[in-house]
Amino acid sequence: MKLTLKIWRQGGKYKGEFVSYVLDKVSEHMSFLEMLDVLNEELVEKKETPVSFEHDCREGICGSCDMVINGQPHGPMRGTTTCQLHMRHYNDGDTIVIEPFRAKAFPVIRDLVVDRSSFDRIIQAGGFISVDTGQAQDANNTPIEKTTASEAFDAATCIGCGACVAACPNASAMLFTSAKVAHLSMMPQGKVEAKRRVQAMVKQMDEEGFGMCSNVTACEAECPKEISVENIAKMNREYISAVFGSETSV
Amino acid sequence: MKLDGKVPPGSLGEKWTKYRSTMPLVAPNNKRRIDIIMVGTGLAGASAAATLGELGYNVKCFTFHDSPRRAHSIAAQGGINAAKNYQNDGDSVYRLFYDTIKGGDYRSRESNVHRLAEASRNIIDQAVAQGVPLAREYGGLLANRSFGGVQVSRTFYARGQTGQQLLLGAYQALSRQISLGNVEMYNRHEMLDLVLVEEKDSNGKPVKKARGIIARNLLTGELERHAAHCVVLGTGGYANLFYLSTNAMNCNVSAAWRTVRRGALMANPCFTQIHPTCIPVSGDYQSKLTLMSESLRNDGRVWVPKKEEDAKAIREGKKTALDIPEEDRDYYLERRYPAFGNLVPRDVASRAAKTACDQGLGVAPTGLAVYLDFEAAFERYGKSKAHATGLHNPSMETIIDLGRKVVEEKYGNLFEMYEKITGENPYIMPMKIYPAVHYTMGGIWVDYNLETNIPGLFVTGEANFSDHGANRLGASALMQGLADGYFVLPYTIGDFLSREIRTPKIDPKQPAFEQAENDVRDRINKLLNIKGDHSVESFHRRLGKIMWEYCGMSRNEQGLLTARQLLRELKDEFYRNVFVPGTNEEYNPELEKALRVADFMELGEVMILDALNREESCGGHFREEYQTEDGEALRRDDEFAYVAAWEYNGWDEEPKLHKEHLVFENVELKTRSYK
Ligand SMILES: Cc1cc2nc3c(=O)[nH]c(=O)nc-3n(C[C@H](O)[C@H](O)[C@H](O)COP(=O)(O)OP(=O)(O)OC[C@H]3O[C@@H](n4cnc5c(N)ncnc54)[C@H](O)[C@@H]3O)c2cc1C
Ligand code: SF4
Ligand code: FES
Repeated sequence: MKLTLKIWRQGGKYKGEFVSYVLDKVSEHMSFLEMLDVLNEELVEKKETPVSFEHDCREGICGSCDMVINGQPHGPMRGTTTCQLHMRHYNDGDTIVIEPFRAKAFPVIRDLVVDRSSFDRIIQAGGFISVDTGQAQDANNTPIEKTTASEAFDAATCIGCGACVAACPNASAMLFTSAKVAHLSMMPQGKVEAKRRVQAMVKQMDEEGFGMCSNVTACEAECPKEISVENIAKMNREYISAVFGSETSV
Repeated sequence: MKLDGKVPPGSLGEKWTKYRSTMPLVAPNNKRRIDIIMVGTGLAGASAAATLGELGYNVKCFTFHDSPRRAHSIAAQGGINAAKNYQNDGDSVYRLFYDTIKGGDYRSRESNVHRLAEASRNIIDQAVAQGVPLAREYGGLLANRSFGGVQVSRTFYARGQTGQQLLLGAYQALSRQISLGNVEMYNRHEMLDLVLVEEKDSNGKPVKKARGIIARNLLTGELERHAAHCVVLGTGGYANLFYLSTNAMNCNVSAAWRTVRRGALMANPCFTQIHPTCIPVSGDYQSKLTLMSESLRNDGRVWVPKKEEDAKAIREGKKTALDIPEEDRDYYLERRYPAFGNLVPRDVASRAAKTACDQGLGVAPTGLAVYLDFEAAFERYGKSKAHATGLHNPSMETIIDLGRKVVEEKYGNLFEMYEKITGENPYIMPMKIYPAVHYTMGGIWVDYNLETNIPGLFVTGEANFSDHGANRLGASALMQGLADGYFVLPYTIGDFLSREIRTPKIDPKQPAFEQAENDVRDRINKLLNIKGDHSVESFHRRLGKIMWEYCGMSRNEQGLLTARQLLRELKDEFYRNVFVPGTNEEYNPELEKALRVADFMELGEVMILDALNREESCGGHFREEYQTEDGEALRRDDEFAYVAAWEYNGWDEEPKLHKEHLVFENVELKTRSYK
């Protein structure tokens, strides 16, 4: 099939603008990123600067790939990262608009590449259990109910891609932050420092310049790992209980 | 050069405990004055950096990724082994040790492997304490499954995302050390050279020690000098040399290779692992291959049609798997290896798939695919589920439906991934799979301390050669990476560092750093100035084709000689005709790739020489000249029970072979049989 791509170029000779490219011979079996590889190879052979985009695992787990495709972070398929999107979902003659994740806390580095180190700093603020290597007791001394373990797992599958932020009209990082807060506080090992954790992580999130949550839930709809907004509710409860020092949920 | 593995004395079971209890320590006040460079934040790197930080060392940690959490380890699917014997099925440290030595086809060091098996138990404890959500049974205790090449159930897992969860555990531990100021993190920094500084040893003899690295800031292109008392690599494997592999796109050998160019040795580079269950190649544009976890072989049955005409009809789209009646299917692994069946080790399963396809029985249009079928598992699980829920006389349809749900719970994300990529529903149509390059057992030569022949340079995880011999068993790489990082290196590094407590801070302004920085700049300029006509990618693809064709699943002398010739021609063309756009002083992924592909080509040649030298078949290395009558690998212990460690000084010099002879005191060398 033949496609027209309108891609955001920024850096080098581009000040920040959409540039159009026409690509012939796109096979329906290609992944979206392989389609961009083909474009880039053409650009290089023409001695032009290829389009920068972030990618690594190409199987939906590393969280590197990060573009907005026709207005949707990671494109049209539910629960799918850009690298897992295949061209069989497009038709001959389509025009595809590709731009970077846009958020104050994710400055653009080049073309489609943004800086998401703010996420690292949120984790550094408290997204861990304070245990040194070698301090652990035998693993089976801490039985965990299967459904609890499974729910904690669901929250823990966040890949840190930032689509939730890109999808949110306020560029809020609540889904990302709450997924980690929920994962750790659901496990008995993580309960001990739950109060300190939630406060520290929320504080860091605010300092990074992410917006407020106004319950739009676009984050959940665009999250490639289908992380539930229930985690946000959980985090809010934890936060309130931590700040007001009361154990009972408010 | 004599290679000394520095294996401590004592009986196998006591060596490590005794060594650890008697080795020199670095006192806490001295640790604060010692700087360590850790390159890599995968399971090996993140766990080591976190632990060294906890111990009180000053750690500088590097990754070329934008965040430590994106290391390739994140993609590991199936699980991690540990000799916990929670299933009470006869597992033990010794059995894990034995399985690993045998699985590796008797080409690894007994002492290292036993230590690995010992540490395996602590890893699970540590991970659970960190909050890693490993799979559990209804009673709340940890669940296990089986992997290839073993007869016990010792693999711990987190659905099909075990690597992700373990890496996030290590990443979080590392994040904590970063927030405490014990680790300084350098994201988007690529190590491009190792710096050796010449000093005098205690006898006044000159000795070169690893004292720093040159790293390129990938956002600005600036070359930075970083100095430390020692350097540790956890930079992963080199499977991407083959272009198409299951590894993440950016995995590369450059950090490790640059240490070889400074005198470290590349050990057993021809030991590469081809994984039997990957999604087959579908077109020329393809950028990588996707693994379908080995855990699927717990429940999936591998088969091809018995009749060539059926296979042909399937390839032409005239029939599907569902049209082939049971009696016309050849479950060839179950037939050839009744004792282990579908769970034979990877090398055996991969070769068997190749044999079937070579006989014209392949089931994809390319002729290169076999089936992995879950029908029997649907039925088995469905029946048991129906029974458990009190359903009497359920119809076959109900049973299969129930069974599908059980399988979905176990492998849901893998089935989904398969469907996304192929567009086919594996709950209805059996999966099509084919072997693909996956892992590299070879790597930088290290001794028992994980130290290379360069004093002060340590290598951990997949980047070293140490524990898996000629073939790695499934779920053992995660185990090794974390054992090295959490429980081995933080101790053994003390052997070197306890002798360095009087060494002042290393000065990055000294000539050795300047020289190394200039070397890197020259390499970069050379590539930028070629200004040829073809992309780096196109050369990488061609390199991969040569290596897969002649140094892949099976090798022979003539092919290897041809490959060497082709590789040299490719290299000449690369340095004449590659085009690297842009400049050094900017974010330039094409330049990053060019540097990596240049190093892959050099390693490729050593790999070919290693494969030529090893005139035997063992593990992942199958030399066609050396096979038994029924096509099994023919090992030659009398001549080849050694580690081949290569010294390399560039294209103009013949690489030099050094041998470490392997001593087996505890296991008897046997023909590996899974029949
Ligand atoms: C698809 C897949 C599934 C797998 N599943 C399993 C499994 O189920 N069980 C199992 O045991 N094993 C599995 N493996 C193997 C296992 O994942 C790897 O062997 C292991 O994760 C390697 O870990 P590592 O820490 O050594 O290296 P990596 O995770 O590769 O990390 C390398 C690190 O080094 C950094 N780095 C590299 N070079 C440089 C440089 N020059 N400068 C700066 N930084 C650098 C990278 O940024 C990265 O942080 C799987 C592998 C694949 C490909
Ligand atoms: S919550 Fe979802 S969208 Fe947000 S970072 Fe995690 S995986 Fe990405
Ligand atoms: S490239 Fe890893 S998630 Fe897309």
